[in-house]
Order: sequence, then C-alpha cells, then structure tokens
Amino acid sequence: MKIALMGQQNSGKSTIFNSVAGYKAVTSNFPGKTVTYNLTKFNLFGQTLELVDLPGTYSLTSFDLAELEARKYLLKNSVDVVIDVIDASLLSRSLELTLQLLELKIPMVICLNMIDEADRKGIKIDIEKLSKILDVPVVPVIAVKGKGIKELFSTAYKMGEKKKIGKTLNFSKDVEEVIEKLSAQIKEKQISKEFNVPERFLAIKYLENDRYFMEDFKNRDKKIFKEINYFQNLLKEVHGRPPDVVISSERHHLSMNIYESVVSLTKPHASLIDYLDNVLMHPILGYISLGLIFYLFFNLVFKVGKIVEEPLLNYFYSIIPLIGKSINTDTLLFSVISGIIQGLAGGIAIVLPYLFPFLFGLAILEDLGYLPRIAFLMDAFLHKIGLHGKAIIPFILGYGCTVPAIMATRILESERDRFITSVLATMIPCAARMTIIFALVAFYISPKAALAIYILNLIVIIISGKILSRLLPEVTPGMILEIPAYHIPSLKVALAKTWLRMKEFIFVAWPLLIAGSTILSLLHYFRADTLINHFFSPLTSLLGLPLVVGTTLIFGILRKELSMLMLIQALGTANVVSVMSTTQIMTFTVFIIFYIPCVATIAVLWREIGSKRTLFTIAFTFILAIILATITRFVY
Amino acid sequence: MITTLDLVKESQKVRVINISGGWGLRQRLGGLGIHFGDEIVIKKSAIMHGPILISVHGNQVALGRGVARKVTVEVG
Repeated sequence: MKIALMGQQNSGKSTIFNSVAGYKAVTSNFPGKTVTYNLTKFNLFGQTLELVDLPGTYSLTSFDLAELEARKYLLKNSVDVVIDVIDASLLSRSLELTLQLLELKIPMVICLNMIDEADRKGIKIDIEKLSKILDVPVVPVIAVKGKGIKELFSTAYKMGEKKKIGKTLNFSKDVEEVIEKLSAQIKEKQISKEFNVPERFLAIKYLENDRYFMEDFKNRDKKIFKEINYFQNLLKEVHGRPPDVVISSERHHLSMNIYESVVSLTKPHASLIDYLDNVLMHPILGYISLGLIFYLFFNLVFKVGKIVEEPLLNYFYSIIPLIGKSINTDTLLFSVISGIIQGLAGGIAIVLPYLFPFLFGLAILEDLGYLPRIAFLMDAFLHKIGLHGKAIIPFILGYGCTVPAIMATRILESERDRFITSVLATMIPCAARMTIIFALVAFYISPKAALAIYILNLIVIIISGKILSRLLPEVTPGMILEIPAYHIPSLKVALAKTWLRMKEFIFVAWPLLIAGSTILSLLHYFRADTLINHFFSPLTSLLGLPLVVGTTLIFGILRKELSMLMLIQALGTANVVSVMSTTQIMTFTVFIIFYIPCVATIAVLWREIGSKRTLFTIAFTFILAIILATITRFVY
Repeated sequence: MITTLDLVKESQKVRVINISGGWGLRQRLGGLGIHFGDEIVIKKSAIMHGPILISVHGNQVALGRGVARKVTVEVG
C-alpha cells in the first residue's frame, strides 16, 4: 500500500515521516526528474507500507517547482491513501488545500498536527464534527512527541483497504453550474482520463487558468479551449473578478464556514516563546542576535570538534608506527594497511567531530523556525545583490551541504534567481570545507585566521552576486514567505534529522575516504604520484605550495574533505605546520574552498541548472580559486 | 482610506481590496490565506526598505516591499 504525506509547508510532514523512517527503516532518496522525495517502507499489521514525503504545498494550483512536483507525483503515481497533514493552529487556511485534495477523490485521512499548540492558542477543534462534514477520518497528532502517530497510520491503512472517498463540498450555485457544464464537456472528450483526474477537478483547474493543465492543452484541441474561455468569461462577468479569484474565494468561504462551525475560541495561554520575535525580528536587536547566534554556533562547533580531534588524531597516528614494527614499511601490504588506517582516522578523528555538532545545531535552528526569520532580516541586503530574502535559506543550508542547498533553490520562483543562488551556494563552505577550515586553519594557525576565511568568503560571494546579477538583469518578483510560529525543538527529532544527514557521510563519503587514501598509498608505492604532482606543478608552483599537494587536488573534486586528509597523508605527518608554512596552509585552504564543486554538487547542478551553466560554474569557480589563492599567497 | 500595503504603519489593521499582480501573485498570496476582503494586521517593518511582516488568519507572512506595493488595502 502506498501512502503519501501531503500538506502545507511547516505543517510537520517531515517530522511524521522521520518518526516512522527514524533510524530503522532504509530511507532512500529516489530521484524524480527534478525532485527527490523521501521514501520509506515500514511494517504495520504485518503489511509493508510505503510512505512518501512530498514537498510542502500551499495549494494544488501552483507554479513553484517543488509544489508542481508534489502534485505531479500525486497524479501520476497510484497513491492508495493521502494523509493531509494540517497545522491545527492554522486550520482555516489549511482547509483550502484539504478541499482541493478531496476533489482528487483519493482515499484520505486528515492529520491534525500540533494539536497541543492549537490548544495553547485557544483554538479548540470539534474533531468529530470536522470528520462528519468532510466524511473523512480526522486524527489528532502531536508529531514531535510521537503522539497519535500509530493511530494515524492504522486509520490510513483502514481507509486504503476500504478505498473510501470523502465528500466533495459544493460551491455557490452559479459557480457550481459552470463547473458542471464544463465537466460534461470534459467527460465527452475524455480528457480527464489522460491526466488520471476526476472531471470536476480538471474543470476547476481549467477555470482557475492553471498553467500546467492549460499549457498542455493549448496545442491540442482548440474547440474545448474556446469552451473554457467562454466559461471563464462568464464567471468574470457575473462576479466582476478574474475567474481564478472567483474559485479561490469560493474555496476560502467554504473553509471559513467549516472553520467557524468546528472551532470554538478560548483565551490563549501566552508563552515566553511568543515574545521571542520582539528581539529576534527587531530592526536592531534582530541583527545583533543574528550575528551573536552564528558566532556562538560556529564557536561551539569548533570547541567541541577540537576537544575530540586532538586525542583521536594522536591515537591513530601512534598506531601506524606500531604496525611498522611488525611489517616491513617498504612492502605493498604496509602501504595498503596504513592507507586504510589513515582513511578511517580521517573520518573518525577529523570529519565527524565537526560534522556532528554542526548538523545537530543546524537541525535545532531549523526546527525552532529561525531560518525564515533570517530571510526576513536579510531581504534588504540580498536585494543589493539582485536576489531576495528567500535566497538566504539555500545559503544557510549550504553551510551544511551544497547538494541540499541547490535543491532548496526550488523555493525561488524565478529561474534567474535559482541560477544565481545555485552558483553562489557552491562557493559557501559546506560542512566538509568547514572541517578543513577548522581542522587545518583554526587548529594549526588560529581561530581568527579561520574567521578571516569566512569573511573573505562572504565578501567574494557578495561581489560575485553583484557581477552575476549585473550580467542577468531582471526585476525579482520579491519575497513572499510564511514566518511560522516558533516550536521548541524536540531533541529526538533533531537527532533523527542529524542522523539522516550524517548517514550520507558515513555510508558514502567515508568509504570513499578510505578508498581514496588507499589509492594514494598505492600511487605512492608505485611512484605514480610523482607523475601527477609533476603534471600539477605549474599550478602548485604558482600558488607556492609543496609539490606533493598536486595529487590531493584531484581527490578534492570527489569530496572536499578528502583533499585535506590526502594532504596530511601526502605530507607524511599529521603535524602539518612542521612541513607547511602558515601562508601555504592559508593558500591551500582558500584554493580548496573555492575551486570546482565536488562531484555530488556537479551532478545536482547539472540536473537543476543544465549542462552549460554547470560548466560555466566549474570554470568560474576554478578561475576564481586561482586568483584568490594567488592573492593569498602574496598578501597573507 | 485606500492605500497600498507597503505604506501602512505598524500595528494598523487593514482590509484587502485588490491584488494588482498577475495570476501567479494572486495564487501565491491565496495559498498563504490572503484573499480579497481579508483582514490583515501589519506587525513589523524591516529597516532599509526591507520586507513587512503581516498577520493574517492567525498566521505570520513576510512580504517584500515590491509585493506589498501590489496589494491595495483599506485602512480603518
């Protein structure tokens, strides 16, 4: 049985998804053409259920890429049950999506999430009445606490078995008449079968001028197109408003009516969290807090990482000489073994100590609801580089990993904004590059030097943004962004999220690290590395770096952190300062941060912005890296 | 008094009377619960011509200045 989670943004779909997928189930990202959905399989009543987490959608008439994909998935894949996840404290608005989902005539369950939040806000919902009006089961849930999840899925399962469909509510009489007439035409021409949707749904979408359905249609049948036009004009004349406004007002009124009949308002309980915005979104205090939060955040990550890195690194590097005592260090076997150990050490001692606290902290900030606030604060600044506030979200995610950052550019409406944001996001030091900055620069030189790199990085991004938006002038549509209520993050949910993201490192990157360091050992054993280093010598000598660094640069394209681990291995010591000057360390780091995005990033760029623009990005970042690193060499 | 949303002062209550953007803007705002006739409260206005923060149906939405200019409202 296939179950899909559908709901508006910030309704808590992913929390529900994670509470089932959690640590146990295998979560695979299966790529659609442009979107990867989260998919998991789990067992209930001895049955294997398949659960899909679709991107947040405000409405089924949409043009934002992520929303479009969510709808396409719902129409194209035979989903057995839809779970409509609703933020109970935003019931009236959420019902507008519910009404549209009902028009699809797929068995459905309503999940009233965050019911405790609604309670606190003084919104009491008559669940039985709501269920009766829509003829759909309604399950109250507190997803962060795991309450009601079991009942939700067992209800969903029952609905899937029964294949029971909810009620479709009627609009005003005159609108309903128009819909009926158009539906009859559609039925006659059998168009809705092609789309695999009910006639009524298609008729409404046509009346709403839905781009997806209209565009497909224009090049096919002129006759029905004329009919649609006729009915659209009819609505327009009678109501004095564009037809899409007529339909959305109808839906809005229906939702408000339902809302008013099932909700009784009581006095809200004020909580400290309600006053948080007085500081965090304050015109002055807001910016001070923003700076402070990120300063403390990175400081903490560095402190935690450092405490763990030092002893672990010492431990691993004390093992290798011990092995050298029992196996001859000139043998192939010793090369392979020391390669494997260094790969293992790189993961445990250098990357994980910084990666885990960073991803965990990011998850906490995300769950708290701070990210949209940053978008609000930064909007005016981002306008200066030709973007708007929402672009900050991919940028912040970029400090975690560039791949999800580029995927997140889908929340931007204009293609130009997506392109510029994607290019800039590749330059943001992701967690892998952060480990280089922390473990190399902050660790061997000073935390101040690390901060300088972050500042240099920001300046370069701002200038690049200015250049790119000059080259591609366009009036950006401006920001429209929901600022959800704060939620006290749940430790369990944040840990689950961190784990999901760490998995990628542990199961994909780490084996690559170990393989990489083994290959480097072999190259070294067969003296092949000198050949590669020789090939790169023009570049390394321009940057004033040791010749052995050449090989490590190739590895950096696979994974950014690889180049640092390879560097340590190539130099033959974990004590980098003994063989490289501080200038060389800085130059190396600056080069690694900016040059060519890693393979995973190139792949996602290719898919999102196309081959030409990806090649442009590669060339652009490579040239930029050479220039910046050369400057660093002579200036630092 | 009729004006555009970007010109409304903080903590004032207004009613939407027109959205002068195209189809896309209407759909987007509609999805967030902003329709013709809805009541909106302006909560915050960011510095340097930044966005405004509004409250509509118990929910907060940030709108860029350019977007807010396209929403005609009635004050009072």
